[in-house]
Amino acid sequence: MPEARVAVSEGLYGFHGGLHIEDHKAPACERPVEDMPLVDEYVLPLHMHIGAPAIPVVEPGERVRRGQLLARPDDFVSAAIHAPTSGTIRAIEPRALPHPGGLSAPSIVLAADGEDREAEPFDPWPDFRDRSPVEIRSRLREAGIVGLGGAVFPTAAKLATANPGGVETLVLNGAECEPYISCDDRLMQEEPETILRGAQVILHAVDAARCLIGIEDNKPRAVAAMQAVIDRLAAEEDERRFEIKVVPTIYPAGGEKQLIRTLTGIEIPRGRHVTDYRMLCLNVGTTAQCWRAVVEGRALTERIVTVAGGGVTDPRNLRVRIGTPMADVIEAAGGYTEGVDRLLMGGPMMGFALHEDEVPVVKATNCLLALRPADRDPTPTPQPCIRCSRCAEACPADLLPQQIYWYSRAEQFERCQDYHLFDCIECGVCSAVCPSHIPLVQYFRHAKTEIWYAERERAKAEHARRRFEFHNERIERQKAEREAALAKKRAAIQAAQEKKAREQAGEGGGQPAASSGDGDDRKAAAGMSIEAARQRARARKAKAREQSPNTVSGGGQRSTGEGRDTGHSPGAEGDS
Amino acid sequence: MWMAILLAVGLAVLFGVVLGIAAQVFRVQGNPLADRIDELLPQTQCGQCGFPGCRPYAEAIAKGEADINRCPPGGESTIRNLADLLDVEFKPLDEDLEVQEVKKLAVIDEEVCIGCTKCIQACPVDAILGAAKQMHTVIEAECTGCELCVEPCPVDCIDMVPVDEGVEAYRFPLPESAHPVVTRGFGLRPEEPVNA
Amino acid sequence: MKFPVQTSPHVEAQSSVAGVMTTVLWALVPGTVVAIWLLGWGVLFNVALAVGTAWLAEALMLWLRARPFHPALTDRSVLITGWILALCLPNLGPWWLPVVGSLFAVVVAKQLYGGIGYNLFNPAMVGYVVLLVSFPEAMTRWGAALDGGAAELSLTEAASWTFFGALPPGSGFDALSQATPLDQLRMVVTEGGSVANMGGSIWSMDSSWSLWLNLAFLAGGAWMLYRGAIRWHIPVAMVVGVLATSSLLWAIDPDQFADPAFHLLAGGVIFGALFVATDPVTASTTPRGRLLFGFGIGALAVLIRSFGNYPDGVAFAILLMNLAVPLIDYYTQPAVFGRKSGAASRGAGE
Repeated sequence: MPEARVAVSEGLYGFHGGLHIEDHKAPACERPVEDMPLVDEYVLPLHMHIGAPAIPVVEPGERVRRGQLLARPDDFVSAAIHAPTSGTIRAIEPRALPHPGGLSAPSIVLAADGEDREAEPFDPWPDFRDRSPVEIRSRLREAGIVGLGGAVFPTAAKLATANPGGVETLVLNGAECEPYISCDDRLMQEEPETILRGAQVILHAVDAARCLIGIEDNKPRAVAAMQAVIDRLAAEEDERRFEIKVVPTIYPAGGEKQLIRTLTGIEIPRGRHVTDYRMLCLNVGTTAQCWRAVVEGRALTERIVTVAGGGVTDPRNLRVRIGTPMADVIEAAGGYTEGVDRLLMGGPMMGFALHEDEVPVVKATNCLLALRPADRDPTPTPQPCIRCSRCAEACPADLLPQQIYWYSRAEQFERCQDYHLFDCIECGVCSAVCPSHIPLVQYFRHAKTEIWYAERERAKAEHARRRFEFHNERIERQKAEREAALAKKRAAIQAAQEKKAREQAGEGGGQPAASSGDGDDRKAAAGMSIEAARQRARARKAKAREQSPNTVSGGGQRSTGEGRDTGHSPGAEGDS
Repeated sequence: MWMAILLAVGLAVLFGVVLGIAAQVFRVQGNPLADRIDELLPQTQCGQCGFPGCRPYAEAIAKGEADINRCPPGGESTIRNLADLLDVEFKPLDEDLEVQEVKKLAVIDEEVCIGCTKCIQACPVDAILGAAKQMHTVIEAECTGCELCVEPCPVDCIDMVPVDEGVEAYRFPLPESAHPVVTRGFGLRPEEPVNA
Repeated sequence: MKFPVQTSPHVEAQSSVAGVMTTVLWALVPGTVVAIWLLGWGVLFNVALAVGTAWLAEALMLWLRARPFHPALTDRSVLITGWILALCLPNLGPWWLPVVGSLFAVVVAKQLYGGIGYNLFNPAMVGYVVLLVSFPEAMTRWGAALDGGAAELSLTEAASWTFFGALPPGSGFDALSQATPLDQLRMVVTEGGSVANMGGSIWSMDSSWSLWLNLAFLAGGAWMLYRGAIRWHIPVAMVVGVLATSSLLWAIDPDQFADPAFHLLAGGVIFGALFVATDPVTASTTPRGRLLFGFGIGALAVLIRSFGNYPDGVAFAILLMNLAVPLIDYYTQPAVFGRKSGAASRGAGE
């Protein structure tokens, strides 16, 4: 598809703040990616992506093959999960997650049989250009593709936020700015064509006119490898949509908003989608997986993980099946070194410390970083903030972290929001530059999660209040209706009333009123037996209960009968 | 001398008039205080405060008839919020009330339930579904955990079960260093390497 | 394998509070050396007494408040407080001036507010102002500089003067205090003389020592800027504030008001701009806020000098602007990423 080259802006724009930081990428990025050997057991949390947890479609005891669907996406924003190898489902039970709080969540446990037999792949689409964007999106959804840069947002949902023809520029993120991590670097060196072919699929799916590839200037080999393929595609296929932009190495140049700002000068405010600005941003690893899913028909069952840090004997990049226990991955990299005291998932800036290594590699695991005290300063005691505002000078989101810190610590969350807490991207620059060694990001995460929690609680309380008010209203109305009906009946069939009351002491005196709502007076007048009326009331009440108790006026009136039947209406009144 | 007195009196009259007009112009309708208090209450409608529901309790606080520390489900944070709103001192939960640490929901043991509907009568938010002589069940999303249904059950088939709020509800704690170290002496030394 | 739970950051620390404070301490050295050379050993005694008292007071207060000594005492911030206060004190003052000033600065202005990071007012300036209003006479005991001044005193003579209020017997030196240029200006202002008439004497005194001292402080300031301990905004804005305000007044009535160069070089403007107003804890923290903060100090200092009762207004100006910091910070927040005017508009789809 020959395209006129879109004129790109000259030069780059950069962003405020940032941090020049020792990158520690060697030695892992010097070695080719190796395949991680199979292990005995894989654990697949149902919730390892942004959005709703997936719903299992297999039962314990079932035999599965690699690539077979284990759990289907539950919602528009959700992702499928596939078997990383062949074996038997051992259980579906809560297992420890790689989570900063050390939480557990329902997971599918797969006992591998070691044979690694593949399931029937999806229909391969070498002719992906004949497929509609909708077909490609649903393939990405079926294949469980999520953003592999760490955000794990379902790619199909991301593409769907773009209006048809509404994307002009695809931004490929190969900046990989965090220290230690080199999985994208290695991928760009070893499989540049897969990345670019995958990008072609996305370009086709969103009908974009150009693709900017942002790569930090500390990855010359990756740039060369990618450029070679771009040149070849241009020569052989007249594919001219790709353009590499080498960006300066300054953390967090690989943040989505920072990279877009660097490449295009456009700042995307919080609350707006990248697609609102006719752009789409994907990690290079994600587009490589898109190629495999769409053209080869393979589901996402593995990813490259950087195993690095002074805490592992033999740092390297490994191609790891999703669900592999981290302890085994560390073992495959030569095991821990003496004195390791910290294991992180992700890089040292945005990653989080794990409570244990018996947790699985998930789709978000781009790096396992094992550190000794010698690899960082021995954690100094945090001191009070001296308001030096180095954090503000370094903040790539132009925030005032020192002010947000002050109010988070005092739990004055409204003030935190005055200072734009939710614009914080948690890049960790402020914590790193703080001379008082304050774990600022932890304070911000605390404030954010507390605010979300309070909002949920408020919504729940509001809901409960409405239901309570309705409940009271209903009780009042029932009482009024009952009294009205009673008076009427007393006048009309006083004798019958007295007789019935004698017969059914203990059931309460108001039973005829139970059926007051409709035609009961007529029935009573017609001399129908009390017992028959009671039966009818019961049946109606049962039916009402089967339907929603929320039903507004109908539900309220029907339950009148029920209240009288069981003789508990006085109690209910007492409640109101 | 007389000039000063005159000036002071004149100013007093002027301010009095201004304040009087302001009070009329900016008069607030209704009883917003009770509304605002009600908004801070957890709306479990449990009645543990001694009032039949959160709204009556809010009105009682607004009138000064009830103390702010009588809401066990709201816990410390609600008392703090109330203290902030009303500009009074924080006080711990009243001693005759039991502190509620974890959030719980009512769960009916469906094997044991005889379908008496007593719990349905007791529920202040109509969160229990069922019919006479039919098994009952609690609508999880609607239950406020008020425990009012537990007592009326003649067969003790309702349990209060702690809620698992899931990964999404995880709240990052404040760092330990948020709380100042209270100790006399040299203080903390740099962290020693830890070997697990 | 289990790991102890730790929060980020997980990288090497880039700087430390003690490191910042050490930079400031080194930056104070050239100014202090020049001050001793110009004004005699009394300056050294002031520094030693103030720093020592401040350090002991900090230790005592930490102990009383049941707070650990490390890192509050080891971060060296209290040394700066004492040192800065000492450099504001008269070279022929009695020994108890730095002691009382330091005690008040550390105990009341710093520790009772919660220690480093929590004090609203600059502790050194609080100490200085307390001395100024409590012991106005002792605070005017400035000895003349250089030849024929306090610098002529030997170490023992200076010690005797500082600690016993008298020179050792047999010493032939007549250590008369002398009014500073600012005191002379004050006299002129209060007694209705003409500034222009005394211009010569002001300049002769200024050129004698003020210039050298200011150059030494500037050298220290440059070092702090180079090491990133301070930012340029506050000193520059404060100097601009002084120049702008004094130029305006001088243009209105050169007879009544001193010229801008005098205001800039006399008293504590340069010292205050570089070392006192830049105290991060009590200064504004936003870029625009710092400009406003610095300008406010400069303008207020000149106004106080020109219309107030005290000869120098820098200390009062700094304290007044300290008070305004929370307000300034709130209203000078920088535009957040994506909300800068016009930044996002170019690419917006709508």
